[in-house]
Amino acid sequence: MTTVLTVTREQLAAAVGGLLGDGLRLVLVAAHEQRDGFRVVYVLLGRHDRTEVVVTMPRDDAWLPSLAAVSYPAGRFEREIRDLYGIRLVDHPLPHRLVRHAHWPTGYYPMLAGAGPMPVTVGEASYPFLEVEGDGVYEIPVGPIHAGLIEPGHFRFSVVGETILRMKARLWFLHRGIEKHAEGRPLDEVLALTERISGDTAVGHSLAYAMAVEEALGVTVSEEARLVRAQLLECERVYNHVADIGAIVNDVGFSIVAAHTARLRERLLRHHEEVTGHRLLRGAVTLGGASLRRPVDPDLVGRAADEAVELAHLAMSHSVVADRLHRTAVLSADKVRHMDVLGYVARASGVSTDTRADHPFVDLGPAFHVVTHPDGDVWARFLVRVGELGVSAAVIRDIADRLGDVLGDTATVSTGAGAGFGVLEAWRGRLSHRVELAGDTVTRLKVVDPSWFTWPALPQALGDTIVPDFPLANKSFNMSYAGNDL
Amino acid sequence: MTGVLLVILQIIVATAITPLLVGVMRQVRARMEGRVGPGPLQPYRDVRKLLAKEPLRAEGSSVLLVAAPLVLLVSSLLVVALVPLVTTATVIAVPNDLFVVVSLLLVGTVAVALLGLDAGTAFGGMGSSRHMMIAALVEPTVLMSVYALSIPIGTSTLSRIVVARGTDIGRVVTPGGLLAVVALVVVVLAETGRLPVDNPSTHLELTMIHESMLLESAGRDLAWLEVGSWLRLTALLGLVVNLALPWGLASDVRPLPVLLAVGALSVKLLVAGALVAAAEVFMAKVRLFKVPELLAGSFVLAFLAVTASYLAG
Repeated sequence: MTTVLTVTREQLAAAVGGLLGDGLRLVLVAAHEQRDGFRVVYVLLGRHDRTEVVVTMPRDDAWLPSLAAVSYPAGRFEREIRDLYGIRLVDHPLPHRLVRHAHWPTGYYPMLAGAGPMPVTVGEASYPFLEVEGDGVYEIPVGPIHAGLIEPGHFRFSVVGETILRMKARLWFLHRGIEKHAEGRPLDEVLALTERISGDTAVGHSLAYAMAVEEALGVTVSEEARLVRAQLLECERVYNHVADIGAIVNDVGFSIVAAHTARLRERLLRHHEEVTGHRLLRGAVTLGGASLRRPVDPDLVGRAADEAVELAHLAMSHSVVADRLHRTAVLSADKVRHMDVLGYVARASGVSTDTRADHPFVDLGPAFHVVTHPDGDVWARFLVRVGELGVSAAVIRDIADRLGDVLGDTATVSTGAGAGFGVLEAWRGRLSHRVELAGDTVTRLKVVDPSWFTWPALPQALGDTIVPDFPLANKSFNMSYAGNDL
Repeated sequence: MTGVLLVILQIIVATAITPLLVGVMRQVRARMEGRVGPGPLQPYRDVRKLLAKEPLRAEGSSVLLVAAPLVLLVSSLLVVALVPLVTTATVIAVPNDLFVVVSLLLVGTVAVALLGLDAGTAFGGMGSSRHMMIAALVEPTVLMSVYALSIPIGTSTLSRIVVARGTDIGRVVTPGGLLAVVALVVVVLAETGRLPVDNPSTHLELTMIHESMLLESAGRDLAWLEVGSWLRLTALLGLVVNLALPWGLASDVRPLPVLLAVGALSVKLLVAGALVAAAEVFMAKVRLFKVPELLAGSFVLAFLAVTASYLAG
């Protein structure tokens, strides 16, 4: 059930603040350029309902009152809108640039209709990092180019000896203009685009997009298709959790576990290729349905998950590994709630948040339950992954039994105008897309990857952490750089 | 003259076998983890590749970037010459005294630490500071444990200690001797950057110790650094195996004993290297702040070894 509230800018803070007070959570904020000005949509999600708060403004008076005081994520969404649309922020407590890369020229706002291709220029000013002063304090700049093959991100540590006093992450080196690229394109082309937003979340992004389009066009998806979709989503969770278990343990030098999880991940990816035609599960989710080439083999996935759990227990019983993981990079439940952290990071801090439980698109069966752990350290994030592996493997088996030989189903998707919203629990956490359609093309696509919410919590977990433990803390979060920066 | 010939032979043999030792260690680890591995000859290919490459040097770096790798290489070659690996013969001019060897190791350590600081990057400085912390904890233990072995023999000359231990089995299997060898094994692992102190195969800049000091070196410079640190591994591991199993070393230039000595060293080194690599599979890297605890433990062992040697003697 969706409620749309149209308010003025003066009423905005009270309206959104009231809804947040009623227990709704802000999940997505999207700006839209119109002929005569801008329209900003705030999507808030409750237990069983959804409210969209809409505010419009004329182009020659484009400003937005900041809601950073009532919602931490709102403050970040606002900075993104300012950087991409040029809408001024009023009363923002921390109005630094966010998405805006240093080489974008002044006055260039890539989401505007007349922006054109990105000019290559030398940036205006360097990014101001807060300098920590004191005896023996020094800075370690890391990245954006790293020694291993990982995504680009710059981390600035202020350190005394080996203890981290402060860490600031600059992650915005990957702006590919995905939302802009989607505008004016046919629906199915955008589906392929969303599969490529973040390589490890192909199902999550394409499915959230498909659900948003289906809502906009009033398409009903059959239960078989929804079951296949849920199964694919769990397959994605399984292979990523298997890889993460190995990667976390590898960071403490216990590489035998990593070698074997790499083998298990490869086995799963090859199975994915048989099932969907693509190792990363691309191409199976379609608009209005889902289709497989052959059924998912629950025994194969279950065995891989069991082996990964066994490897995880092998690592946990190793006293040095256990010592490295315990009490490292603790994130408190208060901070999780305040910053609206998502996914396994939130659940490992004892906050039970899972879109599969709160907003299911299909019944996942009796095997599904939410795994949480109270401690909030690397150990807890490791254990939550191990627990979720077992749950996901059981859910995959359950769905396979219900599906039998059914390979999917698809409904016809008409064309039309409208707006729709899709939300699901991708493997990193709650992921949502909002689309606006006109005819057979997308006029606006807004993507919110769970990394957008969870990244800012990483520096908050580093109190009392030493520099050589940072890679371990970072790996236990394992947020996406590409999903974060579109 | 005999001594000079044998020492030259020892340098050649040790240098030739060192890449194989490193390759065998990596291959053993790969196979035990279920990986195929690049084969034991890969380090030879790595060195050949690096030597063929032009060394790129960072802007603002000093002559240290060129000199430090050479200092490390030369100091390591000297250590290899002095430690009894193939032969117990010595060159009279240079005593293969325990204290000379430890000082030479320190020269190499300091050269690499300065290299880390030279380019002015944060990683290099971080690596140097960690490296010096470990060196400061390791060197006293090396001194103490070899000192413990020298007490019953009454000399701190390494080759004489090995000869004396080889001629009298009763001197090998003593409480003090065993404690000293165990202490030595721990510090050799720390000194050569193996698990659980440092992870030689990591790509995470922030956790590195040895590797982070080499980040600014390339081509020939990097080749000398790699060979220099591998030679230290050969020398220290060779010293430990020859102290533990002091048999098969040549004392003159007759062909048969020399061949036997070369063969004995190769077998002892490669088996010891394979054992270290196999043990590493079961190890994880300890938290940096726990490294001093580990090394303090080995110092205590060395101290007990000295005490036991005095009591037994």
